[in-house]
Amino acid sequence: MGPSRRHDVVVIGGGVVGITLARALSRYQLDIVVLERDAEVGFGVSKANSGIIHSGIHADPKTMKGQLEWPGNEGWLRLRDDLGFGFAQVGELLVALSDGELRTVEHLHDQGERKGVPGLQRWDVDRIRKHQPNLSRDIIAALWAPTAGVINPYEAVLLIADNAAANGVEIATEQPVIAIDPPDPHEPDGPLTVRTPTRTLVTRYVVNAAGLRADEVARMAGVGTFTITGRKGEEYLLDKRLAGLVTSVIFPCPTPTSKGTLVIPTFDGTIMVGPTAEATDDKDDTATTPEGAQAVFAAARRLVPVISQRDVIAEFAGVRAVAEGDDFILGPTARRGFINAAGIQSPGLTAAPAIADHLVEVLRDEGLELRERSDWRRRAEHPVRFSVLSTQEQEELAAQQPDFAKLVCRCELVTKAEVLDAIDRGARTLDGVKFRTRAGMGRCQGGFCTWGCLELLAERRGIPITEVTKRGGASWILRDREDAHAAPTPGS
Amino acid sequence: MPITGHPRHLQDGYDVVVVGTGPAGMAAALGARDQGADRILLVDRDADPGGILLQCIHSGFGLHAFDEEITGPEYAQRYLEQVLEHDIDVLTDAYVMDISPERRIKLMSPTVGITGLDARSVVLATGARERTRGAIHIPGDRPSGVMTAGLAQRMVNLDGYLPGRRVAILGSGDIGLIMARRLALEGVEVVGVFELLPHPSGLMRNVVQCLDDFGIPLHLSTTVVGIHGRHRLERVTVAPVDDDLEPLLARSWDLDVDTLLLSIGLIPDAELARELGVLFDPVTGGPVVSGIMETSLPGVFASGNVVHVNDLADWVSRESRVAGEWAGALASGARRPAEDVRLIPGDNVAYVVPHTISRDGTHTVSFRVRQPIYAPTLLRVGEVHQRKVRAVVPAEMVTLKLAPQMLEGWTGAVLRIDAVPAEAVVR
Ligand SMILES: Cc1cc2nc3c(=O)[nH]c(=O)nc-3n(C[C@H](O)[C@H](O)[C@H](O)COP(=O)(O)OP(=O)(O)OC[C@H]3O[C@@H](n4cnc5c(N)ncnc54)[C@H](O)[C@@H]3O)c2cc1C
Repeated sequence: MGPSRRHDVVVIGGGVVGITLARALSRYQLDIVVLERDAEVGFGVSKANSGIIHSGIHADPKTMKGQLEWPGNEGWLRLRDDLGFGFAQVGELLVALSDGELRTVEHLHDQGERKGVPGLQRWDVDRIRKHQPNLSRDIIAALWAPTAGVINPYEAVLLIADNAAANGVEIATEQPVIAIDPPDPHEPDGPLTVRTPTRTLVTRYVVNAAGLRADEVARMAGVGTFTITGRKGEEYLLDKRLAGLVTSVIFPCPTPTSKGTLVIPTFDGTIMVGPTAEATDDKDDTATTPEGAQAVFAAARRLVPVISQRDVIAEFAGVRAVAEGDDFILGPTARRGFINAAGIQSPGLTAAPAIADHLVEVLRDEGLELRERSDWRRRAEHPVRFSVLSTQEQEELAAQQPDFAKLVCRCELVTKAEVLDAIDRGARTLDGVKFRTRAGMGRCQGGFCTWGCLELLAERRGIPITEVTKRGGASWILRDREDAHAAPTPGS
Repeated sequence: MPITGHPRHLQDGYDVVVVGTGPAGMAAALGARDQGADRILLVDRDADPGGILLQCIHSGFGLHAFDEEITGPEYAQRYLEQVLEHDIDVLTDAYVMDISPERRIKLMSPTVGITGLDARSVVLATGARERTRGAIHIPGDRPSGVMTAGLAQRMVNLDGYLPGRRVAILGSGDIGLIMARRLALEGVEVVGVFELLPHPSGLMRNVVQCLDDFGIPLHLSTTVVGIHGRHRLERVTVAPVDDDLEPLLARSWDLDVDTLLLSIGLIPDAELARELGVLFDPVTGGPVVSGIMETSLPGVFASGNVVHVNDLADWVSRESRVAGEWAGALASGARRPAEDVRLIPGDNVAYVVPHTISRDGTHTVSFRVRQPIYAPTLLRVGEVHQRKVRAVVPAEMVTLKLAPQMLEGWTGAVLRIDAVPAEAVVR
């Protein structure tokens, strides 16, 4: 496609930061495009994290992280009210096991209060035991922060993206940015040209929200002033049986590089333990390791002794994007119109709504006129989740539309109508359908529904079933028969 | 294959509703008809009746039920023809959402929407599902190309696609063994089957016919310890294990494969039974059943793989016939036999099905051993019966027939089943 239209803002990266910003901008009269490299939005680290919306006690208020953490938490409450994804303020309990840690607890209590985090309380052993009876008997005191919460990060990102799209934002997937052209020498402050293998976009502003690759994107724009390194975190989900083991997020005292290994009651009700924090040279390294598992379980057992590695039912890893200085890099650059949202390490998920608000102000300062739209739709039209409807609602839907009476995933009770709707909303891959509908997330892990989802994806998208992938790229799922005898293609 | 569709009129009430149309469900429906049940309904969530048999296009079925060796679809076809001849309603594409303890069944299907119907008896014949990667915790990446052997079987046999070009198989369950051969015949390279235990978990005949005959190596006491590939699977790391089944990582090696099939066991798909709150056997993972295959909830029967994983469809059909006959008989007003004898697993026996029996009935008792004994073995049923067999292995279910005369004069309440080396028995 040629550069026929001139955009106002091109956001590079469809993670929580890019998507939340696009949605925040969608209330103004602007032409906005999000370019995402992967086949689905939110499939970077925004999907592979602990899912905690922090209370705001942790980060140093002198840093950007520290300033945007608590406002981010408040921002999530507003987003939830608008869009209705799951976000439960289950609270966090930061525990001390020694006198040294007690001092950390005191320090964070103090810091939290100075930052305006509400409801902080120091708990003694009796109180801890009463609320969280499964915690270690070695815990001597704790800091209670009631506003911390848990969300399903992928659900949130997808709903925010749907709402942005409903308000006219174009979300283009499988669009890796490969070049940002140097400006016309006659017009150094003129528009920027952004290229992907298949598109060229001309835009007044570019926001670099490319996560782990934000340094490369900044270099493309000629403003490579920082480098991003990876810090990997492994997470382990435990059997549903253990639901209720803890009812708030349990934190140990932090170390300089990490908040430590947590015991998390996820929004879905399962218990998750993690993450680790290991520097990695390979930003795409999301493999779990035996050493990681060992570290996580040793640390988790310090907090909740009954936790065992035998209860693992799923595991994953995410990589934090860490910039020099260990803080977020937010703001304009020497290249006019090119704005960074880089180095968004933890607590990036928490801070995302506040990062978005901050960047809207940055864009305004840089000259972007923000005129409110009269037709902005604050609320999202929700995908129907059949399994949570009342019997009467289910019966009515099924009577009106036979696709609601056709089951696709039996563990999570997902119907054909929901899968088709997910595809219409932009799911392009098997994982895209899974994270939108939950088909394949249940106890049989897709054994039953994979085939049905593949067929529906192929049919609805009008492609051969062999072209449907798990999550884009080379993640093919099946081959034609004739291919067995053909020479393997390199790299597959 | 003539597939029935949907009964023209779903009746509001049935004598017997059977959930599942695999070998268990169809045999149960026929059993119910034999016992004079009038209105019988078979329900299945899939579009075609037959259950897992439809994707088992290999032979090896029917040796016991029909005295000849036929394929899975043929086996299903024979049962289906009888089902249709006997005027049994078949509703496919219909998912049973819920069953109440009063046996009101709620189901959904595109043809009838969400509907409730009452049954005098219910037979749960919902089969088993495969264990997945989550059940065994293999570290590494999460690429495409790691799937259960059953899913691969469906791709190849029902839809004509291939799961990949170079395949390793973890676990020596029967589906994995059968798929090794199936893929080899399709020109796919099968680099080996890796089994954690020191003995295969599938039938010996499958090890010979599916691996040995095709030169596919079976690595016992070996497991997969790493999965590599960002998008598609590229490599797996395998390692031998020690006597405690702990991997010896120093002796690991890598295999370039684009596909890893998991054949690491089946578990009863007993969610409906679980939601009904019936008693379960922690070893089988299925409901506890009586000698007439009734669960702890009166009027709710269960049979086939939903009760315990069988290695032959023929056994499933036989056991399900009993379930169906009694479901039908009870629906027609018969009285259930008094069951006051408990069967419990003893030496080297993992589980026994059924869990109770009556003294005056003839029963087939099924069980599995824990450890293989490759020597003459004595199978003992308390003090009332014993039989010598040449060998026993966990992969092969053992069955014994108990007749009323064996229990004559015996007044106990518990029969312990043992499987011990014949020599070791001091008499
Ligand atoms: C294990 C772990 C646990 C965490 N837990 C928490 C937590 O509990 N709470 C919390 O607040 N934070 C947490 N974090 C941090 C949080 O996940 C991140 O800060 C946040 O998700 C970053 O969002 P993002 O949008 O910047 O990055 P991403 O989600 O990575 O988005 C960047 C996107 O840019 C795309 N992209 C890259 N290059 C290009 C290109 N050239 N062209 C187009 N697109 C491109 C990528 O494909 C990606 O989708 C955790 C992180 C880890 C690793």
